[in-house]
Amino acid sequence: MTASSAHKQNADDKGQLPAKVFAWPGLLRIESLVALAAIIVLCVWSITIDAPLEEPANPAITPNPAKAPWYFLGLQELLVYFDPWIAGVVIPGLCVVGLMAIPYLDVNPKGNGYYTIKRRAFAISTFMFGFLGLWIIPIVIGVFFRGPGWNLFWPWEHWDIHKVVAQNNVNLGSLFGIKNYLAEAVFGSVFLAAWYVVPPLILYRRRYDQSPTLQAMGLTRFVITAFLFQSMMLVPLKIFARLVLHVKYFLVLPWFNV
Amino acid sequence: MMPLLEKEKEEKTELADRIASSQIWRSIFRHGFDDTQRNRVLQMTAGFLLHTRPIKVWTHGIRLRYTWGAGGLTFLMFAVACITGVILMFYYRPVTEYAYADMKYLKFDIPFGMFMRNMHRWSAHAMVLLVLVHMLRVFLTGSYKKPREFNWVIGVCLLTLTLLLSFTGYLLPWDQLSMWAVTVGTNMARATPFLGHEGPFSEFVPFISPRYDARSLLLGGTIVAQGTLLRFYVLHCIVLPIFTIWFVMVHFYRIRKDGGISGPNKALEPPATPIAKETVEGSATPEPAAVKPTAEPKKEGEEPAQEQKQDCKDSEGRPE
Repeated sequence: MTASSAHKQNADDKGQLPAKVFAWPGLLRIESLVALAAIIVLCVWSITIDAPLEEPANPAITPNPAKAPWYFLGLQELLVYFDPWIAGVVIPGLCVVGLMAIPYLDVNPKGNGYYTIKRRAFAISTFMFGFLGLWIIPIVIGVFFRGPGWNLFWPWEHWDIHKVVAQNNVNLGSLFGIKNYLAEAVFGSVFLAAWYVVPPLILYRRRYDQSPTLQAMGLTRFVITAFLFQSMMLVPLKIFARLVLHVKYFLVLPWFNV
Repeated sequence: MMPLLEKEKEEKTELADRIASSQIWRSIFRHGFDDTQRNRVLQMTAGFLLHTRPIKVWTHGIRLRYTWGAGGLTFLMFAVACITGVILMFYYRPVTEYAYADMKYLKFDIPFGMFMRNMHRWSAHAMVLLVLVHMLRVFLTGSYKKPREFNWVIGVCLLTLTLLLSFTGYLLPWDQLSMWAVTVGTNMARATPFLGHEGPFSEFVPFISPRYDARSLLLGGTIVAQGTLLRFYVLHCIVLPIFTIWFVMVHFYRIRKDGGISGPNKALEPPATPIAKETVEGSATPEPAAVKPTAEPKKEGEEPAQEQKQDCKDSEGRPE
C-alpha cells in the first residue's frame, strides 16, 4: 500500500516514475509506518507471552535434554554426527569465513540488484541448500524433535527417558572389511582426500574450456570455492552415512576423528 | 458566528507563526514547513538525525517487496533491545546470589518490569530472525556483488555479533534454562583445536589445561559460575554493544558510499574506483561513451544491457 501511494505521488503526468525520489517523505514515511507496525507487533507479543523463567540455576541438577539457545541448535544437532571440534569450532568457523568469502568468489556479474534464479542458478541453489537444509531445518529438528538423551521424538510423543536406541555404528574402513587400524586410517585419509580433490579436479579439467565462469574465476577462486563447497557437502554426506550406513567415523587418527 | 471562528483561527496561525519564527525555534530547526524541493532537502540535511540518510533515494529501493524492510527492522529491534536493556540494568545485579531474585523482583514488584523484560527478550529473538531474513534477501538480490562486497563482510560480522549478543544475554536470568544452555554452548570451546584442553593437538601446546584454555577464558573458571555471569554481563552490556554499534555505523555509511540500496540498473552504481575505471575505459569501445549521456550505465563487458532490462521492467534508470 505504502509503495503504491508513494508511486502515485511521485509519478509524473505520464504516470512514469523517476529513478529517484526525495527521501522526505518517500523513504521516511514508509520507514516510520513499518517501524510503527513492528513496535505494535512487539508490544502485543510482549503483553501476551512472557519470557521464560525456570527454577534457579542449580549445577547439581542437569536437565535432560539440555538444549542450547534455539539459534545454536543447528550446531548442537551436528554434534550427533561430528566430534565437538568439528561441529562446534570448525563448521561455525567455516560458515563465517565462507559467508564472508562469497562476494569475492562469485564472479557472475548477473543478478545484481534484482530477484532472479535462472541467471545465478548455482549460487542461489547452493546458498538455499546451506541456509535451509543445513541451518534452518537442523534448528527445527533440534527445537521440536529432540528429547531426553538427544533422541528423536515426535512433538506430541511422550518423552520416555529410558528410550533405548541401538548404536551399532562402525567406522568407514570396517564397513569395507578393513580391520587393521593403520590400514583403516590410510583408507579414511584417501577417502577424504579424494572427496576434496577428485570431483573439483574432474569438473575443472573437463569444463574449463567450455565454461566462461570457470575461466573468469581463475584457479585460486576455484580452489577456495571447491574447498568450501565440498566441506559443506561433507555435512549431508556424513549425516547420510550415519543414518543409512551406520558409519561412525570416516577417519580415525590418534589425534582426531572425522 | 463565522467571523468569530475565523478570528480564532487567525489568532492560532498567528501564534504558530510567532513560535515558528521565534529566535529559539529557529535556532533549533533550520528548515521551514513549506512543500518545496528546497525545504525537502533542508529537512534531510539541516538536522543531525536525518542527515545520515540521503536526500534522494532510488525509487526501487523504497519498495517493501524488494527490501522486505528486514535490515531496517533489525536495527529497530536492536534499538528496542538497547533501550529496554538499559532499563533492565537499573534492576539487575550480575551476582549469582542476587541475579535470579532480581528476575523475580522484576516480574512481581517492578511496574512494567515483566513487560520490559519481555520486550527485551522478544526484540532480541526478532533481531536474530530478521538478521537471517535480511541476509537471505541480500543474497537473493545479489546485492553483495560489486561494489558492495565489503558491506556484505561487515554484515556477516554483524550476524556473528547478533548471535553473540543474544547468547551472552541468555545466561543472565541465572535459571536452569540459561545456565545449562550456556554450559552446552560453551562446552564446544573445550574442543577447540590447539586451544581447548579436549581439542585435537592441544597436547602440543604446553600451557593448555582444563583451567587454562579457550573455554576457561570464556567462563572465567572451569564451570558456569560467578565468573561466567560477570563476564557474560560485561560482554553483553558493554563490549558487544559497542562493537555492534560501530559495525552498524560502518554498515549504514557503506550503503550510501556504495551507491545506496542496490538496484537493477548499472546507472545506479557509484563511479568506479580509479583503478577499475581505467580498465573499463580501456576495454570499452569509444563510440557509445561519446553518443550516450554520462548517466547511462557503464557496461562491465560481460553483461549486455539488453539482458538486464528483461528482469527489471520497472526501473529504467533515466537521468534525473
